[in-house]
Amino acid sequence: MPRQTPFHSRTNALCESQNWVEWSGYFSAQTYEMDHIHEYNAIRLGAGLFDVSPLFKYFIRGRDAVALMNRVITRDASKCGVGQIFYTAWCDDEGKIIDDGTVARLGEDSFRMTAATPTLCWLEDNAFGMDVEIEEVTDAYGALALQGPTSRDILQQLTDTDLSSLKYFRMLETKLAGAPVNISRTGYTGDLGYEIFAEPDQCEGIWDALIETGAAYKLLPAGMTALDMVRIEAGMLLLDADFHSASTAMFEVEKTSPYELGLGWMVNLKKDHFVGQEALRRENARGPATCTVGLEIDVLALEKVFVQNSMPLQLPYQSWVDELPVYSDSDQRDHIGRATSGTWSPVMKKYPVIGRVKPQYAKIGTRVYVEQTVEARRYAVPATVVKMPFFDPPRKRE
Amino acid sequence: MGNNDVVIIGAGHNSLVAAGYLAKAGRRVVVLEKSSVVGGTATTDETFPGFKISPVADTAGYLSDEVKTDLKLDSQVEIIPLDPIASSPEPDGTHLAIWRDTARTVKEIERFSPADAAKYPLFVERMTKIAGVIEGLLKLTPMDLPSVGLADIRAALGLAGPVLKLGRKNINELLRLLPTPVEDLLNEWFESDVLKGALAASAVKDVTWGPQETGTTFTFIYNWALSDTGLFRSASLVKGGIGELTKAMAETARGFGAQIRTDVEVKSIDVERGKVTGVTLANGESIQAGTVVSGASPRTTFLELLDARYLDTSFVRHVHNIKYRGSASRMHFALSGLPEFPSLAGAETDGYLRGPIQIAPSINYLQRAFDHTKYGRVASAPYLDIVIPTVADPSLAPSGKHIMSVTVKYTPYALRDGDWAAKGPEIAKLVVDTIAEYAPNFPGLIIDQMLLTPVDLETVYDLPEGNVNHGEMTLDQFFHMRPIPGYARYRTPVEGMYLCGPGCHPGGGVTGLPGQNAAREILKDAK
Ligand SMILES: Cc1cc2nc3c(=O)[nH]c(=O)nc-3n(C[C@H](O)[C@H](O)[C@H](O)COP(=O)(O)OP(=O)(O)OC[C@H]3O[C@@H](n4cnc5c(N)ncnc54)[C@H](O)[C@@H]3O)c2cc1C
Repeated sequence: MPRQTPFHSRTNALCESQNWVEWSGYFSAQTYEMDHIHEYNAIRLGAGLFDVSPLFKYFIRGRDAVALMNRVITRDASKCGVGQIFYTAWCDDEGKIIDDGTVARLGEDSFRMTAATPTLCWLEDNAFGMDVEIEEVTDAYGALALQGPTSRDILQQLTDTDLSSLKYFRMLETKLAGAPVNISRTGYTGDLGYEIFAEPDQCEGIWDALIETGAAYKLLPAGMTALDMVRIEAGMLLLDADFHSASTAMFEVEKTSPYELGLGWMVNLKKDHFVGQEALRRENARGPATCTVGLEIDVLALEKVFVQNSMPLQLPYQSWVDELPVYSDSDQRDHIGRATSGTWSPVMKKYPVIGRVKPQYAKIGTRVYVEQTVEARRYAVPATVVKMPFFDPPRKRE
Repeated sequence: MGNNDVVIIGAGHNSLVAAGYLAKAGRRVVVLEKSSVVGGTATTDETFPGFKISPVADTAGYLSDEVKTDLKLDSQVEIIPLDPIASSPEPDGTHLAIWRDTARTVKEIERFSPADAAKYPLFVERMTKIAGVIEGLLKLTPMDLPSVGLADIRAALGLAGPVLKLGRKNINELLRLLPTPVEDLLNEWFESDVLKGALAASAVKDVTWGPQETGTTFTFIYNWALSDTGLFRSASLVKGGIGELTKAMAETARGFGAQIRTDVEVKSIDVERGKVTGVTLANGESIQAGTVVSGASPRTTFLELLDARYLDTSFVRHVHNIKYRGSASRMHFALSGLPEFPSLAGAETDGYLRGPIQIAPSINYLQRAFDHTKYGRVASAPYLDIVIPTVADPSLAPSGKHIMSVTVKYTPYALRDGDWAAKGPEIAKLVVDTIAEYAPNFPGLIIDQMLLTPVDLETVYDLPEGNVNHGEMTLDQFFHMRPIPGYARYRTPVEGMYLCGPGCHPGGGVTGLPGQNAAREILKDAK
């Protein structure tokens, strides 16, 4: 049976749907209400409160902490200032992505790392001969994500620290409703938002304070269904959806590189050395085999397909994760890639999709065709390559 | 020191062989040895004044004939073949000797089992054929399985002869046998415990396994393939001690122009952008070279001399996982006279004591001695491999006096209780007591004694975990898996950097083969 996070007494009380899923061995609410749409709206119009405690968390401390981080991640950890956070990938020896996550520099010689998959063994394997201590702290901290336009106002009610000075991808230690916390301006929604780490015995109090204060700010606890919609709007990739970890992939073809995932910007070929650097150098020289792109499905064209079948247009009510063929032509002859996740976006009134196509089809404005099934028949529905993130409000960084 | 193009780390015999071949081919070579003498584990010294002891390796019968000829060693050293190649005194006062001459051995076996005696010649013939195939493998550079190249196939053609000679039935037999316990092999042939113990001992001498463990048939046949006796173990001495052989190797290399420096410890192998640039010594001196060859163990080379953070994670993990787990101690005695083995009384005692003496009365005895290892304990009744080199080479000791050198099994590197510092006297007593059971006058003859525990072998001779061969010589660490899969071709992930020690194919023993194979590959790359 899955385990309970330090917020479970609270999330359980609010989880009307009792729609739980397992996330890394913990109970996680798929939705709180029977339907997810209020939660989705709260994230974009007020604030959504997520229990993200199941994230894997590690402390890396010691004289060689920078050296270890630099060996593991593709970005240059020495450029990460104290109090700063890097979103980064890490790769295997062949430059194929294992996972992505955040690396927060807590001090000169200490980091906190979060990951979607268990990473302790990988860190230890890479720490050979280094003077560094690696500690898994997944259970030692509860974690919340407070995301949405009113999130700062809510938090500000509960702390003396002036949060307006906390910049995007920075963090600070403070007290929230009297409890010591680490607050970072990060998230998985592409919106203004924060992540809060606290010791387990402080978690219930923090949750209660946020729910109580948040009532006046359109705050709702939100589950994974709403989160997946907003992360697609934000153009953020999901492991085991948009890519697979090289460490668990069964076959070579399932592996991808940061370049193929549009994460080339975080590959630092100039720094001294990191795992996979040589392979990535070669890949960079010859160019990636596929490119991750944002696609926008032509909804009017999709409607025509439904009308052809004497039906009204039906749009996905929540996000999907799949592997749908993408073609360069409407005859479905020239297969050029795959669509890996998509959602109807109620705030944008658009149908964004994340996919991977051959490089020559990755230019903004390129017309491609995504397979859509209507009445058990497959159609190639036109879509356009657009910029990601699809939804990118200035408040995210302001 | 800007004019070297090859730096070789260590002056063990494989390094010296590689130096000889490379210098002969015109490369400018410098060999750097941290100890004050050349030879590594193949040296001779006067730990006991007046007695010339070979503290680690002492028998030389595995040295490749080709290396001997190519490096002109024949003219410089005298090899003394020993016969019998093994004699086993038994607790009940009987004894068995195995001679180079099969007919003579058959007579010995008849005393224990006429049936076994009748089968022995056929056993020798069959094993010789099977070992011929393994012998062919030893001189090959392992292929990169599964991507075997054309050149590999061409090189492997030499194997066709021995394989064809074997016949299809025996090829199946070879594949069936290699992973089996040597006990199973011997049970298929023989009934006498004494004979089986005598044969099985050599299979486990250099590994931390008992004769009932899988894969010991492989080690049995591997020894057979290498040995100069045409049988299951080698039995030769170098006149003056094995150190004379490595001194000669050094002489040859010098003659070809190599420079050999002792008392210089390499601290690091220097790498820039994936390419080797030279080495830095403990004294701070830097020596530049486009080619660096390491005769140190894979563990020392990759995890200490190279900065592991520049190597692939999977590579480091593999190197880290190489099995070492040594279990042999070495003990040497200066003796005032020759021990008397009552079990040999009546036999021509001197003749019997000329060869190696095995305290290995049965397979069960060997296995029980090993069993303790599993629990981190020293064997209570150890298997001993004893050589009294002064019988065949009196020049090693003052007149009338003798040396006895003993390999003691099993004394596991990783002790469950206590530590090695305190264990020494206990083991020394165990060895003396055990020998005294077979040669009661032995304790009274001891003038001096010296013990090298697995930890001593690690600290003094740089052998990780005291393993005698820079990595266990087991089937799973053989050929293309030695030292690790993907890197069995003497090359390393660092361009210009090579391995030449027994951590690579074909492995341990004073064979010269890893050094010769490595030199061949280095010269190939230079073309
Ligand atoms: C107890 C024991 C008994 C054995 N008995 C026999 C036997 O009877 N017959 C037989 O054939 N084989 C025997 N062997 C096996 C045999 O000795 C070895 O397999 C073989 O000699 C290894 O030779 P090598 O030259 O490759 O390595 P080594 O002899 O190990 O030489 C490596 C050299 O590298 C040097 N070195 C390491 N690091 C550095 C550094 N950083 N800087 C400079 N120098 C460095 C070391 O000092 C050493 O001299 C025995 C081994 C042991 C341990």
